[in-house]
Amino acid sequence: MAENAKVITADKLTKRFGAFTAVDAISFEVGAGEIFGFLGANGAGKTTAMRMLTGLLKPTSGRAGVAGYDVFTQSENIKRRIGYMSQRFSLYEDLTVYENVRFYGAVYGLRSETLRAKIKAVLEELDLTHARNTLLAELPLGWKQRLAFSTALIHDPAIVFLDEPTGGVDPITRRQFWEMIYEQAERGTTIFVTTHYMDEAEYCDRVSIMVDGRIAALDTPRGLKQTFQAETMDDVFVRLVRGPKSSVEAGG
Amino acid sequence: MRTILFIIQKEFLQIFRNKQMLPIIFVMPIIQLFVLVHAANFEIRSIRLDVNDMDRSQASQLLQQKLVAGDLFRIVNTSATAMEGRRSLAEAHADVALVIPHNFERELREGKNPVVQVSVDALNGFAAGVSQSYIAALVQEFNAEYLAAIAAAPRGGGQAAAIDLSSSFWYNRTMEYDIFMAPGILVVLITMIGLFLAGMNIVKEKESGTIEQLNVTPINRVQFIAGKLLPFWLLALGELSFGMVFVKLVFDVPFLGSIALVFAAAAIYLVVILSLGLLISTVTETQQQAMFIAWFIMVIFILMSGMFTPIESMPDWAQSISRGNPVAYLIEIIRRVLLKGAAAGDIAQQLWVLSGMAGGVLLLAGLRQRKSTA
Repeated sequence: MAENAKVITADKLTKRFGAFTAVDAISFEVGAGEIFGFLGANGAGKTTAMRMLTGLLKPTSGRAGVAGYDVFTQSENIKRRIGYMSQRFSLYEDLTVYENVRFYGAVYGLRSETLRAKIKAVLEELDLTHARNTLLAELPLGWKQRLAFSTALIHDPAIVFLDEPTGGVDPITRRQFWEMIYEQAERGTTIFVTTHYMDEAEYCDRVSIMVDGRIAALDTPRGLKQTFQAETMDDVFVRLVRGPKSSVEAGG
Repeated sequence: MRTILFIIQKEFLQIFRNKQMLPIIFVMPIIQLFVLVHAANFEIRSIRLDVNDMDRSQASQLLQQKLVAGDLFRIVNTSATAMEGRRSLAEAHADVALVIPHNFERELREGKNPVVQVSVDALNGFAAGVSQSYIAALVQEFNAEYLAAIAAAPRGGGQAAAIDLSSSFWYNRTMEYDIFMAPGILVVLITMIGLFLAGMNIVKEKESGTIEQLNVTPINRVQFIAGKLLPFWLLALGELSFGMVFVKLVFDVPFLGSIALVFAAAAIYLVVILSLGLLISTVTETQQQAMFIAWFIMVIFILMSGMFTPIESMPDWAQSISRGNPVAYLIEIIRRVLLKGAAAGDIAQQLWVLSGMAGGVLLLAGLRQRKSTA
């Protein structure tokens, strides 16, 4: 939980695209094994912040560390220790289940023995052994998402970044997905997840809510509800996003 | 190294699983070779002749017979006036108008070099050049034969007019154009594989979003580039082998030089083309954009490659551009090695230039290829 060693630290992390400041000096810390919810309206800067932490995007200023490495100078070291599941579906539709898992396992440097065992474990865990030679395009979306999650974890990363992992899937699959997230967190993996679903926010250990590139609130779901005297996370979110100053800027 | 092999494996799985792509890769070359080699052809099969014979002598008749003796020339009209001949040309009823002057036979006998007027429809400059040189050759041939026939030529004056003609036949009497065109088509073929498929492949990963996933893995730049380009390098070389067998069997193109040398040159050339494809993929976001740029480059490369029109006859500025055209170098290499039996030493300069380009473009593309964006 939060009192453990910090695996993600951001200090005034900023990203500007020309005159537009997408992420405006955000500071936060995430502890090992924590499920950290990263919330915000569309265009609030969530994905931009996540892309900086995963080394996909160069920050403009500030400091950030992931798994003990510096985001500015050691992004390649970071990449070996993190898993990432992007908003856009990230496995190959024209490869089979087995080929996808094998490819990513190999890319992360798993050797033949380990790789074989890993593939077997992943397929069994997802109950996909019978579908190992099925093309990914033919799988239902929910299964694809769960496979993408397991694939992102194939190299046992310390931290996994999930960018809206449950977008577009049905409530039952979402629940299954969160069960997987919990299991993984219990094994000690830190989960950094962005989401639009406020019920999912309730599942997180701590939640940060971004508004216009800044972190407007950061606490446990219970703490947030107390602070904003709200019944649900939904209310907390609406109150923050429709806050006094930010009129309609959230789009984009 | 292991990572590269796994990327290559993945690419091949995807290429061979793509049901739309497979026929394009394997049927396209056959059609291109068959159709293009025959269609992209400047062979002059028939030249229509308008003759205005003002002399009506034995010699003028002999000259006409000489011209139509081969299958090339066909007299389609006999004009009474020069005007009529010109109209024939203007209305495109004839390709060449010939005027044999009065006193043609007499002047010939007297060694006075009578002037035969040849007007050629030069709308198609290439065909006009060929027609003109054929006629010149045939007229000179006639000249020599005629003078020899009338052994009683007065005092050698006529002999002076008999110019040696054999050198005029550099236009290749039999005009086997397919043999000349086939190497060019082979180059076009492997260029398309390299420029289109490789570039498109990477942009496709951008479009589908899978490139993001690759970018958060520890795959480094060298592994990515090698893994992405090697499959298409192999594919294009495979296609070249296929094409070589094809042109040998179907067109009986002579293989005078070393086949290994052809492949070595193609291997270097493909690095240039594949790197160019990679470079295009780094500056584009969609397959459509990549396609347009690749197409633009392709057209310029091919039109300025010397495949259709000789580079030597281009204006100076165009010739300078051609010096930066890898297609021109490979076509020249393959033609010289296959048709003339050139050895490595003979084409060393072209090989060096291609190698230089390969290194340069690969470096440029490599530098532009980034896992993260600024």
